Amino acid sequence: MQLETLGFFGIAFAALARFWPVWLALAIVVVLSLSFKRRLGLYGQLFDTGVGLAGVTICLFWLFTAIFAGVIAPFDPLQQVALLKDAPPGTIDPGSGSAFLFGGDRLARDVFSRMIFGSRIVLAIAPAATLFALMIGVTLGLPAGYYGGWIDSILTFLANLVLAFPVILLFYLLVTPGIRETAIPQWLAGVFFIFPMIFFSTLFYTRFSGRPGLLTVLLGATIVVGGWIYAGLVFNADPLGIVSMSPNELNIFVAVVFASSPGVFRIVRGLTLDLKTRDYVAAAQTRGERPWYIMLWEVLPNARGPLIVDGCLRIGYTTILLGTLGFFGLGLAPESPDWGTAIKESSRLLRAYVHPALPPAFALMSFVLGLNLLADALREQSLKD
Amino acid sequence: MLGFILRRLGVMALMMLCLTLVVFFLVNLEPNLRKLAISQLNMRSSTEEIERWLEDNGYRQNFFVRYGQWLGVVRQVPSIDPQTGTAIPRFAFCDEAAQPRYSGILQGDLGCSTKFKVPIAEKLLPALGATGILMFWVMAVMIPVALLIGVLAGMREGSRTDRTLSAASIATAATPEYISGVILTVVFASWLGWFNGSAASATHQGVTFYNFTLPVLTMAIYGIGYIARMTRASMVEVMTQQYIRTARLKGLSFRAVVLKHALRNALIAPFTVVMLQFPWLLTGVVIVEVMFRYQGFGFTLVEAAANNDIDLLLACSLISVFVVLSTQLLSDLGYALLNPRIRVR
Repeated sequence: MQLETLGFFGIAFAALARFWPVWLALAIVVVLSLSFKRRLGLYGQLFDTGVGLAGVTICLFWLFTAIFAGVIAPFDPLQQVALLKDAPPGTIDPGSGSAFLFGGDRLARDVFSRMIFGSRIVLAIAPAATLFALMIGVTLGLPAGYYGGWIDSILTFLANLVLAFPVILLFYLLVTPGIRETAIPQWLAGVFFIFPMIFFSTLFYTRFSGRPGLLTVLLGATIVVGGWIYAGLVFNADPLGIVSMSPNELNIFVAVVFASSPGVFRIVRGLTLDLKTRDYVAAAQTRGERPWYIMLWEVLPNARGPLIVDGCLRIGYTTILLGTLGFFGLGLAPESPDWGTAIKESSRLLRAYVHPALPPAFALMSFVLGLNLLADALREQSLKD
Repeated sequence: MLGFILRRLGVMALMMLCLTLVVFFLVNLEPNLRKLAISQLNMRSSTEEIERWLEDNGYRQNFFVRYGQWLGVVRQVPSIDPQTGTAIPRFAFCDEAAQPRYSGILQGDLGCSTKFKVPIAEKLLPALGATGILMFWVMAVMIPVALLIGVLAGMREGSRTDRTLSAASIATAATPEYISGVILTVVFASWLGWFNGSAASATHQGVTFYNFTLPVLTMAIYGIGYIARMTRASMVEVMTQQYIRTARLKGLSFRAVVLKHALRNALIAPFTVVMLQFPWLLTGVVIVEVMFRYQGFGFTLVEAAANNDIDLLLACSLISVFVVLSTQLLSDLGYALLNPRIRVR
């Protein structure tokens, strides 16, 4: 039976048209940002250079794609149309009348829709894991750099220990179905996820200890929100049922945080070592401020430039790590539409069918490229100041 | 200097001890032991059979005793057949002690691979050799290209060459091996047919341009972007120094300034970066070897991990951790030697 197909321009036009919510949102954000550029500080300055504009646009593109995935994708990522097994790009599904824009994979699923839904998984895990790694790195790196001595020695030793582990070996040991039967992921999650709470509590306590009213409100909010997320993520027992994570997602999340926090720790420690010799730190010490106040309110704000740049690069790196996990079939379910798993599935059959491999590969590459460009532009801006 | 090296070696030994203990703990988790037992018996073994197999082969001894045996500080005692009074070897393919003896990594005995059914050294040495060949070619392609790009880009900051090359290196730094591997295979193997999309033949029949180009390129591309950017940054910094201006004002040509004055100072930072790239290159090795079916170290590691081959996995982690730590040491020492402003206390 002969199936109708779209030509090259038909595919390109239809694919661009499917992204209409993204184009709309992108246009609104870019126009608004450009018109209020002067009032937006660092973010506004990004629009001055071509590199920054490109970086912001690519990152926003994938962000909006993840948000509007349900509208953009014509098919469900797991829906199989038996007729379109390994179909070439642009084949029209006779049932629904819409086309498999980038073709069908070996299980007759729409490659285009899977790529769109894959962005959701990547954009949910990578930035969140980076944020957690950042909190852990900051909470441990500040005292290591500021106090020095045995605290520094022990923490640096531990960080080097994790860094000496080749990432891939770490993943093969930490992300396995076997380990999910034990309580190790829960234990690690329990330890890691407490750091944001410690961080925010200390942050508020050191600043507002003179104003008990405000302090109580802030600390209470931290503990309630933190405890809620903690219960949902670690024990999978969110009373409201909003925050939850499947065991294999938790496993991946923990492994990625574990692999990237020592890097943040090292950077924060180095920055602290440098910044603690500055005059404003000496001034604060003379004023009689407590060490943690100095660390969190004098040193940390001045270290934000390099940390933001590193954060951007690190989200990209985490995306690559997630892809690596998917490529080795670790953690995520084999039918998961994330880009790494999709690349693995299709790279096996590369000799027979090329088209299922390319969309997820270009998607991952462009997202990481966008983040790298953004980091580059941010670095240029922070050097200018 | 000698004291520094000795101290670093001491820390290195301590780290390897800690890391192998962690790996030993993880591979000996209950589900992993069961997986091993099932792979050695068969899929339909009952719980009692699995338990008996684990008991007979000594997997139920105290954790620290077993770690000590692996390390070679506790004696390995063979299990004795109660009827004949002779020792039963755990694995037929591996000659094991009939008498109690110390036989661990400190004595140079890495143990037996349960997956490949050979002593570890027999499996690992050829694999390491194969990976060594791959790494040699990767380095031979990656370092000259990356340094050239970096120096050309950093020579005149902001020029058109700089912008083009910087954009290219950012793009390659965003392309991990599993993506460039797919794209290169599609273009050069499927469409053009210039190269072989698999390096399986390279393992036995030797390396040829036809079967080895794609794996080497795939690995080199990701590193090129990163090293080139570091070289560029270092070159840009050196070019703003006073002595470069002095050299220019003396009337030296731009070419001579770059080659004689700037280049040497600009290459110190990339040297450390290249050395510190090793942990990531190891991941690259695993990805590339699996993707192109090249039977080297990475391939062995994946096989060992997938089958929970305890001794092989431990040996692999020992080697990779050793490589990472010794390259770190070399990078620190090299940095101190190359840069006279840094002195090691």
